[in-house]
Amino acid sequence: MGYLVERIGKKIIVGLDELGRMASLLQQIIVQGAKKPFNAKHFVQQMVKIGVDTLPIVSLMSIFVGMVLGYLAYLQFKIVGLEMYTGSLVAASLTMELGPVLTAIIVSGRIGSSTAAEIGTMKVTEQIDALRTMATDPIKYLAVPRFYAALIMLPILTVFADIIGMFGGYMIGVWKFGIRHQIYIQKSIDFLDPIDIINGLVKTIIFGGLMITISCYKGFTASGGAEGVGQATTSAVVLSIMTVLVSDYLLTMILY
Amino acid sequence: MINIIDVWKGFGSNKVLKGVTLKIEKGQTMVIIGRSGCGKSVLLKHIIGLMKPERGKIEVFDNDITRMNEEGMQTIRKRFGMLFQGAALFDSLNVAENVGFFLFEHTSMKKNEIMRIVSEKLKLVGLSGIEHLMPSDLSGGMKKRVGLARAIAASPEIILYDEPTTGLDPILAANINKLIKELQAKLSLTSIVVTHDMTSAYAIADRMAMIYDGKIIEVGTPEKIRNTNNPIVQQFITGSAEGPIISD
Ligand SMILES: Nc1ncnc2c1ncn2[C@@H]1O[C@H](COP(=O)(O)OP(=O)(O)OP(=O)(O)O)[C@@H](O)[C@H]1O
Ligand SMILES: [Mg+2]
Repeated sequence: MGYLVERIGKKIIVGLDELGRMASLLQQIIVQGAKKPFNAKHFVQQMVKIGVDTLPIVSLMSIFVGMVLGYLAYLQFKIVGLEMYTGSLVAASLTMELGPVLTAIIVSGRIGSSTAAEIGTMKVTEQIDALRTMATDPIKYLAVPRFYAALIMLPILTVFADIIGMFGGYMIGVWKFGIRHQIYIQKSIDFLDPIDIINGLVKTIIFGGLMITISCYKGFTASGGAEGVGQATTSAVVLSIMTVLVSDYLLTMILY
Repeated sequence: MINIIDVWKGFGSNKVLKGVTLKIEKGQTMVIIGRSGCGKSVLLKHIIGLMKPERGKIEVFDNDITRMNEEGMQTIRKRFGMLFQGAALFDSLNVAENVGFFLFEHTSMKKNEIMRIVSEKLKLVGLSGIEHLMPSDLSGGMKKRVGLARAIAASPEIILYDEPTTGLDPILAANINKLIKELQAKLSLTSIVVTHDMTSAYAIADRMAMIYDGKIIEVGTPEKIRNTNNPIVQQFITGSAEGPIISD
């Protein structure tokens, strides 16, 4: 029993310590990011990478989620004769919750893992040390462009996810179940509050910042060769996804 | 120029440096020898501030770098070049971008000017015309030489070489030794070279130092080292299995 308490206690201490280090990395990213010069080339490269790597799967995910939402909403609403509200439910759930969170989870999986793997490999092969010997700050050179790219790209991807998902719902509602086009669109728009949309996008910016900070941290602290990089990658993804889910709950309570 | 005073460093229970004291004069080539795992690479990383000692002091250009923050270190490091044991080339950049990295990042030179320097340095290490290759396309010895070209690209005042000739064939190794000597003679660079290769050690050293059990046990001219009375140094430089150093 004492042993168990001791182990749990140690885990908590280690966890808090890591949290502190991640917060300090985030602070350094912001400080370094404010210093000139800003590496515009890397920033654009990272934005393109995030877009190319995740847009296909984000689109696929959102069209199916939109279709399923449309299907289930129609069946439920039909019972009470309110099937014209199918579009409203699809639009509201996508913009407020599903678009932001699912996009952030996919980006965590794809970009979180590749970030941790790239930086982790550089760490264990002494490339990070080499950067430092050439008077280049690794945080400024590697983390800052990735950080800002994630802040910008997450909301953009989420807008895509929202629109594609709504189209999925439309296909089911209008093409399959025959709701009238004008009604479907009208009811969707009626229930779309700009504030909700903006709140959803604000969430994704925060998800993006947290996800990329965690992934960079796991990369910078990788050790022990290929195996260490593998571990860093896995834990970056797991921790990013958990953080997205927990912070989503907290943000929802704050924003709504 | 570089003054290492009673430096201690350990990793957990593994005590690596236990009071290293060594002075390197401007314009000299200091060769550091010692058994694998004795802490030669760790010592180099202390000199350029990648690692901080637990105890002791390291003075470079009359600054105590153990008390400097990362920002202060950056100014000092601009005057250094370093060749890593594993070359540590940036694998997302091609050879030219690797060699020209410092110039691209820290100078306002034009691209074609940098490319001219890059191909000049590549020629020095016998690798003309590979600018566009990626590090993953290179052999081990080629990586090492690109690493060397990168270390000298920005004309540093001090160069740290971690095993510059390991993995090269004898002819290439001799060429690299010649290059290290020429750089030192022409530009009066200060060099610190870690090597296992005794031929190259004797060829390039002004002074040599041997690390054993976390300390410098002997330091002096190649002549002095060759004629040492210290049985440990003797055993090491003659590469004999019999002697006070017990293999584990
Ligand atoms: N970052 C590190 N973390 C933990 N231990 C380390 C680290 N770097 C080096 N060591 C340990 O320090 C000791 C000395 O390592 P170092 O790389 O300096 O050896 P070396 O003299 O350069 O050997 P070699 O000739 O094989 O390159 C080794 O026992 C190594 O395990
Ligand atoms: Mg070494």
